[in-house]
Amino acid sequence: MSDYTLETEAGRREALRRMLLIREFDTTAGERFNDGDIPGFVHLYIGEEAVGVGTCGALEPEDYVASTHRGHGHCISKGLDPELMMAELYGKADGYCNGKGGSMHIADVEAGMLGANGIVGAGPPLATGAALTIDYQDRDQVALAFGGDGSVAQGQVHEAVNLAATWDLPAIFVIENNQYGEATPVEKQHNVDNLSDTAGAYDIPGVTVDGMDVTAVYEAVSEARDRALAGDGPTLIEAETYRYRGHYEGDHEPYRDEAEIEQWRERDAIESFKERLIERGELTEAEFEEMQAEVEETIADAVAYAKDADLPDPEQAYDDMFGEPVPEIQQFASRPRADGGTEGGDPT
Amino acid sequence: MTAQAELEADQTETMTVREAIREALREEMRRDEDVYVMGEDVGRFGGVLEVTGDLFEEFGEERVRDTPIAEAGFVGAATGAAATGTRPVVEIMFSDFMGVSMEQTMNQMAKMRYMFGGKTEMPVTVRTTEGGGMGAASQHSGTVHAWIAHFPGLKAVAPGTAASAKGLTKAAIRSDDPVFIFENKMIYEREGEVPTDEDFTVPLGEASVEREGADVTVVATQRLVGESLDVAADLEGDVSVEVIDPQSLYPLDTDTITDSIGKTGRLVVADESPLSYGIHAEVATRVVENAFYSLDAPIQRVGTPDTHMPFSPPLEQEVLPDGDGVRAAIERIT
Ligand SMILES: Cc1ncc(C[n+]2csc(CCOP(=O)(O)OP(=O)(O)O)c2C)c(N)n1
Ligand SMILES: [Mg+2]
Repeated sequence: MSDYTLETEAGRREALRRMLLIREFDTTAGERFNDGDIPGFVHLYIGEEAVGVGTCGALEPEDYVASTHRGHGHCISKGLDPELMMAELYGKADGYCNGKGGSMHIADVEAGMLGANGIVGAGPPLATGAALTIDYQDRDQVALAFGGDGSVAQGQVHEAVNLAATWDLPAIFVIENNQYGEATPVEKQHNVDNLSDTAGAYDIPGVTVDGMDVTAVYEAVSEARDRALAGDGPTLIEAETYRYRGHYEGDHEPYRDEAEIEQWRERDAIESFKERLIERGELTEAEFEEMQAEVEETIADAVAYAKDADLPDPEQAYDDMFGEPVPEIQQFASRPRADGGTEGGDPT
Repeated sequence: MTAQAELEADQTETMTVREAIREALREEMRRDEDVYVMGEDVGRFGGVLEVTGDLFEEFGEERVRDTPIAEAGFVGAATGAAATGTRPVVEIMFSDFMGVSMEQTMNQMAKMRYMFGGKTEMPVTVRTTEGGGMGAASQHSGTVHAWIAHFPGLKAVAPGTAASAKGLTKAAIRSDDPVFIFENKMIYEREGEVPTDEDFTVPLGEASVEREGADVTVVATQRLVGESLDVAADLEGDVSVEVIDPQSLYPLDTDTITDSIGKTGRLVVADESPLSYGIHAEVATRVVENAFYSLDAPIQRVGTPDTHMPFSPPLEQEVLPDGDGVRAAIERIT
């Protein structure tokens, strides 16, 4: 069983907690980025939490997920540890990728996370490949790729879906339609009304669901997973959602107005799911506040851990290029270092 | 080793480069269930250059998989499959088509292990064909091995003999790193002695001295290995030519090459790839860095003159490097 499922009361509370955890993680990551603690850039998932959590709630821990540049929410949904994620964002040696990946490449293949990805559209071929391994080794798993609305225009996404469909692989493709690819609205990028309409080209089921409703996402992915496990091939799911923040932190957002953002906020996934649980008598306002406080503490701890953690030694730049190292790189790794710092350049 | 085992280890069989590669695939697929082949028409059809041949009959469509014509899709799928526990061997029909799959190659396959802090293996092998000589024109005759040898995170091998074709293919499949095998299509029919031992491999990063000599070192790859050996045989008595096949382009066996220069003092680099910014430059640089004071003459390069491969036979012959070019280069410095 997944460590949470929307079928049980405890699972629904866990789903709510994870959505809160994502929002708190990304709110904090945005703040720490803005004050210069976190290098590079960050793409925040705030507003889209129901898609990641609804999706991963329908998966089992051993299922594979290929993520995108907007990957923090997928990682938390999949059960990755916020401390090690934050340490990676901070570029620390004990982050998920030993500081080599950062926000856009958090990965933990053992835990089924095939990586956030800096290349739009690169995840679906990887998930198709993971599904090929599953099929080849007769394992009881599925592989799922997230992609943005923008990714649907990429040639390699078409190739990946077609391959998975033709070979009936246990794959699921979840398109997060957050209405924009960077600054360009979805209707300026695609000719179809619903991005799931493209499923017809592969003769696989295509569904569009309300991505602000964690239950709707969960149900669509559960059905897709059953189908995949039964050997009936992939499903294309479009989840309609919205990002509250800019494309990246620092985006001045000339392409939309406050009123539009407000409209989506009125349907906020966390708020509406919380209300639903309260109505059903599965949660009280006090319990929610307790949950919120606990999540804030978890993320504060993650930041403290990340700040405190060691940066990698410069020599670690030469690690992990290959399973079997090559002399071309070893000569840099093993040269004497007077100052302990990197000089780069020639290995004399 | 017992006497019997030693005898078996020394046994060889005559076969073509094509057969050697096919036998390597067959042996590795028999040895390891997780190894399978995929590509365009590699199955029942046997591959357009007939390398996979009858493998389909032995292993079936699950393990000799025909793919759609979608290099980005299946190279990407092979990358995802390798990261999750199987060992795909992909065939890209002509290396010219690698442009289509370059995204998955350079940003996923090459980088995942490193970006993930070592959290994945990447046991994928990519086989592809290269080179002119068939009148196949510019989009089916290219030589792109320098791209892969240049790109961090990928390993590149280029067999010149039947023995190295088998040994390199087996080493590539057994490696947990991504390895590209560049097969020159003009030498598929070339015969040679190939060890029959099922554990015979040519380790990545080891050159082979194909002929010993004292006056000049020819570092030659792929088709030019055989042609350089023919030139060396012809020149016997006048010039003593040492011929080295690097076998592995990356990593490259610098020691074997520089040791040879220590002996001969003269270097010719012969590789069928564009002369600018490529394999020739890399070999020359390593010799200059490591054996500068042993050099007695300017280094000579034999390669394609930075053109694409033209169609018409007289044009193609004009730009294709060959044994005559190697001989002329030797004569310029001896
Ligand atoms: C191949 C490629 N082209 C362009 C980019 C630059 N880029 C990064 S994110 C992005 C927009 C992606 O939009 P979408 O797929 O809708 O995802 P979202 O950011 O909305 O989550 C672009 C164009 C990239 N990273 N990769
Ligand atoms: Mg988008």
